[in-house]
Amino acid sequence: MTTEIIIQAIVTGLMMGLIYALIAAGLSLIFGLMEIVNFAHGEHLMLSMFSSFWLWSLFGLDPLFSIPITILLLAFCGIITHYFLIRYILKAKMLIQICATFGLSIFIRSIAQLLWTPDFRNVDKPLLEGRIEIGSVFIGQPQLYASLVCLLAFFGLYWFVTKTETGLALQATAQDRHAAEILGIPSNKMFAIGWAIGLGCVGVAGGMMANYFFIFTDVGINFALFAFVAVALGGFGSIIGCLYAGIIIGLVESLGGLLIDPSFKLLYVFAIYLLVVIYKPQGLFGRY
Amino acid sequence: MKILTVENLSKSFGGIQANRDISFDVEEGSILGVIGPNGAGKSTLFDLITGFTKADTGKVKFFDKDIFGMSPDKISNLGVGRTFQKLKPFADQTLLENVMIGAFVKEKDIKRARDRALEIIDFVDLIEKRHHFAKELSTGQRKRLEMARAMAIDPKLLLMDEVTGGVDQKTIPGLVELVKKLKKTGVTIITIEHNINIIMEISDNVLALDQGKRIALGEPKEIQNNKQVIDAYLGTFDAA
Repeated sequence: MTTEIIIQAIVTGLMMGLIYALIAAGLSLIFGLMEIVNFAHGEHLMLSMFSSFWLWSLFGLDPLFSIPITILLLAFCGIITHYFLIRYILKAKMLIQICATFGLSIFIRSIAQLLWTPDFRNVDKPLLEGRIEIGSVFIGQPQLYASLVCLLAFFGLYWFVTKTETGLALQATAQDRHAAEILGIPSNKMFAIGWAIGLGCVGVAGGMMANYFFIFTDVGINFALFAFVAVALGGFGSIIGCLYAGIIIGLVESLGGLLIDPSFKLLYVFAIYLLVVIYKPQGLFGRY
Repeated sequence: MKILTVENLSKSFGGIQANRDISFDVEEGSILGVIGPNGAGKSTLFDLITGFTKADTGKVKFFDKDIFGMSPDKISNLGVGRTFQKLKPFADQTLLENVMIGAFVKEKDIKRARDRALEIIDFVDLIEKRHHFAKELSTGQRKRLEMARAMAIDPKLLLMDEVTGGVDQKTIPGLVELVKKLKKTGVTIITIEHNINIIMEISDNVLALDQGKRIALGEPKEIQNNKQVIDAYLGTFDAA
């Protein structure tokens, strides 16, 4: 095995990891804010990929340009999810909360299958195509741009949460909603904003992945599972933890596939999850 | 002018009547002390006034505005601040950020909110700790933080739940001085206190509760000599 192959695997893992990181950040933000796990996160990712696909297929809009629309659609989807489902289960028992978002995932996937059939689709000839070659390492352009855009979005999110007025209010609500309310911060509005941002992240990731990934109704399942692992590894509620965790998962997946056996890629990732749960349940940066 | 008018406020949890028919009003610029044995319904009364718990019946007016049934954030936005008995600092954020979050209610510009927060932190004598995380502060400092945060919303009325509870004897005088200093700024204060000496020292009026009912309301001296109060509270206090 040559060094080039290992470098290739590291680059591939890094690029994938940044996408996992952003998807996980959305999940983590929602959990950190209201302690509800969005089990429909993968389905929301699927919706964002389909949004990109249909905007391309119906209006000829390249996924690169439809990104803002996809983000807005998903953010809107987040607000709707909060107002029509989540706010009714905020005080409910955990099992009910799990069933609600898990039920939502089945609902969205079934509707998608009904409307769009389970066929595999892809965007034909997107603007981002081809690959660049550095030495003997190949980097797919769509993958490269997807990971860069995700990284940019990630830092945008981090800046928003830590440096803006709304971000501080979100953090305050996450830490103690009653203390935040007494300072005049409406928690219900903050939760809706949290959902909008959480799904907006998925909008960025899905929109960029539509450039090179097959688009089908079950596409989100594995991504969501990886996002759960990333959130557990990074620490529930920690956004910056997702970045490290996403990258670790991307690298483990890609290097494990190269060095051991590619057919067990999922196994390596979930082995991390088990190790975290057993040895460091609060994750790398967690506050729970 | 009356800043707060409470009429016949009642709340029961299951079979327990936490507040029954409580009525009182508070004069603008004064300090009302609320006393009563454990379980008398003092914190519940605060919860009802600030909207955290919905009262069963009654009326609550802030100046002329009916605030009964309003959500806590709306009541806060009108100018009603509160501190909690069980402190609720935003532990993972710095002292400055904690106070800034409150300051944003009145001031949307980050820089100005920051300046205002610094002024308030200086007022509560914590300026050197401004970049410390809230979780690094001592209990006495957290009490000051909680007051600073409540002040950041620029309240006209401030409800304080046991400012001197849970801190050591040496810390108490400083906190009492802070409450007096706060009163001088013109804020109306309602304070729950277990320490009778403090309540008598700082209050203009005292409201005594027992088993969810109002048993007396008046100037500190009257309350001290009120037989019902002595039976319910001071009697046990003296005995202990």
